[in-house]
Amino acid sequence: MSVAIAGWLQAGLLVLALAISYRPLGDYLAHILTSPKHWRIEKFLYRLIGVDSEADQTWSVYIRSVLAISVVGVLLLYSILRVQDHLMLALGMPGMRANLAYNTASSFVTNTNWQNYSGENTLGYTAQFAGLAVQNFISAAVGICVAATLIRGFVRRQSDRVGNFWVDLMRLNLRLLLPFSFVLAIVLVASGVVQSLADPHTVTTVTGGHQTLYTGATASQEAIKELGTNGGGIFNANSSHPFENPNAWTDWLEIYLLLVIGFSLPRTFGRMVGSQKQGYAIVSVMALLWAGSTAINTWLEARGWGAAARLAGGAMEGKEVRFGIPASSLFATSTTLTSTGAVNSTHDSYTPLGGGMALFNILLGEVAPGGTGSGLYGMLILAIVTVFVAGLMVGRTPEYLGKKIRPAEMKYAALYILATPAVVLTFTGIAMAAPSARSSMNNTGPHGLTEVLYAFGSMGNNNGSAFAGLNGDTQFWNLTGGLAMTLGRFLPMIFVGALAGSLAKQKQTPASAGTLATHKPLFVGMLLGVTLIVVGLTYFPALALGPLAEGLS
Amino acid sequence: MNRLPAPILRHLAALRALLVLTVICGIAYPLLVTGIAQAAFKDKADGSLIKDAKGQSVGSALLCQEFVDAKGNPLPQYFQPRPSNAILAGSTNDHGCDPAQSGGSNLGTNSDKLKQQVADRQKTMAAFDSVPGHSVTPGQVAVDAVTASASGLDPDISPLNAAQQEHRIAATRGITAAQVEALVKANTGGRDLGLLGESGVNVLQLNLALDAQYPYTGKYR
Amino acid sequence: MAVTTPTAPQSGRHPVAPRRIGGGFLDPKMLWTSLPDALKKLDPRVQLRNPVMFVVEIGSLLTTYSALAHPSIFAWTITGWLWLTVVFANLAEAVAQGRGKAQAATLRKTRTQTVARRLTSWAPGSAGSETEIAATELKLGDHVVVEAGQIIPGDGDVVEGVASVDESAITGESAPVIRESGGDRSAVTGGTRVLSDRIVVRVTTRPGETFIDRMIALVEGAARQKTPNEIALNILLASLTIVFLLAVVTLQPLAFYSDAPQSLVILVALVVALIPTTIGALLSAIGIAGMDRLVQRNVLAMSGRAVEAAGDVNTLLLDKTGTITLGNRRASEFVPVPGVEIAALADAAQLSSLADETPEGRSIVVLAKEEYRLRGRELHDATFVEFTARTRMSGVDLSDGTVIRKGAATAVMKWVREHGGHPTEQVGQVVDAISASGGTPLVVAQVRSGQAQVLGVIHLKDIVKDGIKERFAELREMGIKTVMITGDNPLTAKAIADEAGVDDFLAEAGPEDKMALIKKEQEGGKLVAMTGDGTNDAPALAQADVGVAMNTGTSAAKEAGNMVDLDSNPTKLIEIVQIGKQLLITRGALTTFSIANDVAKYFAMVPAMFAGVFPGLGKLNILHLHSPASAITSAIIFNALIIIALIPLALRGVRYTPSSASALLRRNLWIYGFGGLVIPFAGIKLLDLVIQYLPGMGH
Repeated sequence: MSVAIAGWLQAGLLVLALAISYRPLGDYLAHILTSPKHWRIEKFLYRLIGVDSEADQTWSVYIRSVLAISVVGVLLLYSILRVQDHLMLALGMPGMRANLAYNTASSFVTNTNWQNYSGENTLGYTAQFAGLAVQNFISAAVGICVAATLIRGFVRRQSDRVGNFWVDLMRLNLRLLLPFSFVLAIVLVASGVVQSLADPHTVTTVTGGHQTLYTGATASQEAIKELGTNGGGIFNANSSHPFENPNAWTDWLEIYLLLVIGFSLPRTFGRMVGSQKQGYAIVSVMALLWAGSTAINTWLEARGWGAAARLAGGAMEGKEVRFGIPASSLFATSTTLTSTGAVNSTHDSYTPLGGGMALFNILLGEVAPGGTGSGLYGMLILAIVTVFVAGLMVGRTPEYLGKKIRPAEMKYAALYILATPAVVLTFTGIAMAAPSARSSMNNTGPHGLTEVLYAFGSMGNNNGSAFAGLNGDTQFWNLTGGLAMTLGRFLPMIFVGALAGSLAKQKQTPASAGTLATHKPLFVGMLLGVTLIVVGLTYFPALALGPLAEGLS
Repeated sequence: MNRLPAPILRHLAALRALLVLTVICGIAYPLLVTGIAQAAFKDKADGSLIKDAKGQSVGSALLCQEFVDAKGNPLPQYFQPRPSNAILAGSTNDHGCDPAQSGGSNLGTNSDKLKQQVADRQKTMAAFDSVPGHSVTPGQVAVDAVTASASGLDPDISPLNAAQQEHRIAATRGITAAQVEALVKANTGGRDLGLLGESGVNVLQLNLALDAQYPYTGKYR
Repeated sequence: MAVTTPTAPQSGRHPVAPRRIGGGFLDPKMLWTSLPDALKKLDPRVQLRNPVMFVVEIGSLLTTYSALAHPSIFAWTITGWLWLTVVFANLAEAVAQGRGKAQAATLRKTRTQTVARRLTSWAPGSAGSETEIAATELKLGDHVVVEAGQIIPGDGDVVEGVASVDESAITGESAPVIRESGGDRSAVTGGTRVLSDRIVVRVTTRPGETFIDRMIALVEGAARQKTPNEIALNILLASLTIVFLLAVVTLQPLAFYSDAPQSLVILVALVVALIPTTIGALLSAIGIAGMDRLVQRNVLAMSGRAVEAAGDVNTLLLDKTGTITLGNRRASEFVPVPGVEIAALADAAQLSSLADETPEGRSIVVLAKEEYRLRGRELHDATFVEFTARTRMSGVDLSDGTVIRKGAATAVMKWVREHGGHPTEQVGQVVDAISASGGTPLVVAQVRSGQAQVLGVIHLKDIVKDGIKERFAELREMGIKTVMITGDNPLTAKAIADEAGVDDFLAEAGPEDKMALIKKEQEGGKLVAMTGDGTNDAPALAQADVGVAMNTGTSAAKEAGNMVDLDSNPTKLIEIVQIGKQLLITRGALTTFSIANDVAKYFAMVPAMFAGVFPGLGKLNILHLHSPASAITSAIIFNALIIIALIPLALRGVRYTPSSASALLRRNLWIYGFGGLVIPFAGIKLLDLVIQYLPGMGH
């Protein structure tokens, strides 16, 4: 079988698997977010935490709760990283430096998982599983929680309540993330992913060399790392490391895991708003973007433009033999379109336009299908902007799912659209103007510029993958990066919350023949166009000086 | 009632929730998975280690290892893995495939440094793999033999890369190329499920099979 | 009191309005005459209201400074065109306002120096004493007398007399209208002229707040406030402006790193090309022109919000009379009960209707006259009994003791029974037959010499307007539900509703029923529009999202509604809805066009800026523009000229034909989305072909 056919088949198999899980997983998520019944263990935990599980929160209380658990999350994780040498299974690793610990804590709490450290020679096992992995669970759940408020905003009428954060958080962890991760971790171990808390032991190689094998709770973290679109690996090489991703099967499974919640949430959305068609429209836009980007990236990498790739006879620098180009491009596209940021190949060494596609995916704002929850709310915001323009063009005050897009709603949507580009562009501009920041580049010329743009694009959009040649472990990068990730995560969340509150207060306008149909192909096409054009216009000049300047020459 | 202000109560609740989740997701979950993994899949969970005849681990089937002499020169009687950037920075006796230093070059394809590396590797490998009666030109060297992997720990080489090294192995071990080829074939893994990923040859397993079947009699250390 | 036989009732004065909504066209001269106003608007404090154009103006100032510091033909060309961009935007607004100003000037003439003849201590039946004061000194509740040839000094209600009034000053319609005390045609408007007779008017509006004053403010755009959709759009445009501003500002460090730092002129040019200047420049003109289009149709909207709401309307409450049916019901037949001469019935019917000023009443008199040669007569010593909602009858008590009553079947039959009569079964059958055919039965009965008897039934017939059924089908396609409001019984209402093709009807509707219907619809999240004229319509008009009061109606109705139709044509509600939609569509279409334009501008400007350093980017110069200078200049000139080119569209509004949302979206997306992508490519290329020969545009 040729490389191309195998490539299409494995992508096709992925689409099939995602299509099969769309309904059951989406429906299950809807059930989790709407069921009035609590599990007994949950009731016990609510008492333990001291929250009223029956209270319905206003948007502002809900978002304040999100911020509260994030603040304490950063503080606790920061502390763990700083004093990890005093914990069990520390492997003799010293506590993390302050600015790196700040960066890492912000990174994991914001679901970014940008890593300015190399796992296997920085962290002990405990800091990994009791510190970092916990945030993999929480941040993934928080994303879905915020998406749930927005859906409820559409569903509820003349209400100022958007749900109970503590209930959503606990349920998502206990009913979804934990059991699924558990099963998948076992599958991963059975497929060759390591899971051992034994001290790294040294082997003597065939020719008498020595290798020290670091293992850790890898399979258990790998499962939630992909499922929760986190992406922070145990190892520096992330999912290209054979201990995290030993073969093409685990690779395929990991791609599936990082896509599955994002692609199923539109079903949850459709179900909760009472129209599956609305869910299909949203998932169509996501799927078209994903499929198009995958095809383009695979094609670019297979063509292997670029000097070294030409000379070598293919773009295999930074790719693993067991994956080859199609599985690498598939992973790269999926991870950059989902805010996961796990990598099975080094994006920095991709062909200029192939790497540029990965960057463009990130700059799209992580909406196709995006991070758990964050992808859905990002796409819904874009849908609101599209509805606004399209709605005007059919001669009515624009409305989406019966809720009018008035100045208040537009304000929050506009702020959301504005927040991430402002963070990305501002920090990129500052970094390119600061010699100390530029000195972190691993490459020169346009490729160096791409490394910087990619870095802030990735952090601002909470992706976490990197053009990893960039040396991020400097004071400048640790501090600005931490800030960029925090702003890029929580500003949008606040605006989404406010939008949800504003929508929930409205009455529902019944649909008529004069209402813009938001489930038809025409709207899907327009939403696709708006997404591409808004992002394209925002970043085109910067992209021109980076990947385009390098790739078109 | 002497209640604390709402923001403080909220943060206390958040802290309790965080601690509860740390216990459940951060401690119970990984320990449970570790327990099951160790009980049911110990070999895999420990890193798919390969043991020699004496029962000593010689490495992981999942990780590459260098087949070099003490000076770091590649040994001609062994199949050579892909170039590796998993090297302790600044070290002189770390030649790659160091599991504590996983990572790639992260050089862009237009980087002069990478171009130079590729050209150098092509020249080196062409010379290394050329034996009397079978010459390899720099342009013929397999792509994965001149490019470094993402992890620096890639255990595999492409079948093409293996084929290119067969003549050198045969010559140094005094066997026929066909014998080597048969062994390579036996150690070539196809695509998972027939369509996932790409086929590759596990270098460590292949070299161990070579040593077992056609022991090298020359000196290498 | 003497009663004269009225003329035949008016009918068909308001044909169904044309299907397409057009607007005023732009007179090219207006561009020139509005130029001074446009230049005045360069004041940054004025520009600050429009964030997009404010950014352009600041950019123009920066390039001016830069061109002064480092003069070059290129820098001055860009600077010049940037200033022109701002001027063109101001021009669009000035032209839109200019059209209103011309109308305002005409209106103002009517207001100058009217003298009011105030009557102090006027009361019904007492003349009061008269003093002459300036109209501007009138107070609320003053009574003034106006006689033939005089101008009515202020808005008010006629409290005594009847007169024909020339309202052409505000409605443009030269035919005089009747204004009389009592009833629903009592309101008069200041500035209109009494043609005949004498009336006493109670002033209901303070000077300076009169209808004409408000109209002047409205057409001048002085009272214009941004509507919710406009604010939302402004927010979107502002955020896009900030994004592009950020994108360009942060581009400079990247450009420096790439050894391709850009001059201030080029950076400003890039910002201006990217931010949505086209829609930013035309937005306020679109709003003003939308109101203007209403004014041209003699509709006065009290706020832009109401116009927008009109576009959103889900439910139209339409009064049957005048909207769905022609004018009023007309008597078409007298059906006597067995044993009664048809002439006797006609005579009684006419007698009872002589004082009945309702159109139905008049039509009875006319029918009797035409069919049975019964002349209208003057009756002396007769007492007329007016129709009331309680009795649901009207009639006359003659001096010989004969009492005649006509009215709703149940009411009249009850009256007959009360007076000892026994209506026969045939009456009921006739009544039912007429109702079933969609007509309205009016039963005529008399008590003569102590004998109460039903004489027969008058068949009142409604005539459904031509083409109205098609209009309702269009509305249905637009997603608007039509509800016919009528005082008729359900049977009659249904017959007419079926014939006219309305979606629903409300029969035997009183003011409370109307109100309840509106509230019910609104609770379901729907927006409701209605027309009304009577005082008892006022609460419903106020409750409705769009309440259009008829100019002939009472002051109370006009105060309660948020629009006034000067033509008093209830069918116009449909037009108002279309104008509301057209306003929104124009905004949406130009926004789409504006954003789609950016793609071409990027392909022109980015290669021009960076291909010198990165020759590969020259591949993006797909238009093969002559040189960087000519490429950037072409983009900026295109950007400025497209504003001028679209002013007529902004004023006229985009073409709107009523159709479903999908059809509208497909059409507009195709024209303004795809057109917006393609047109600038062609435009910039054409400009480049010309300006490459200008000095300073070489390589």
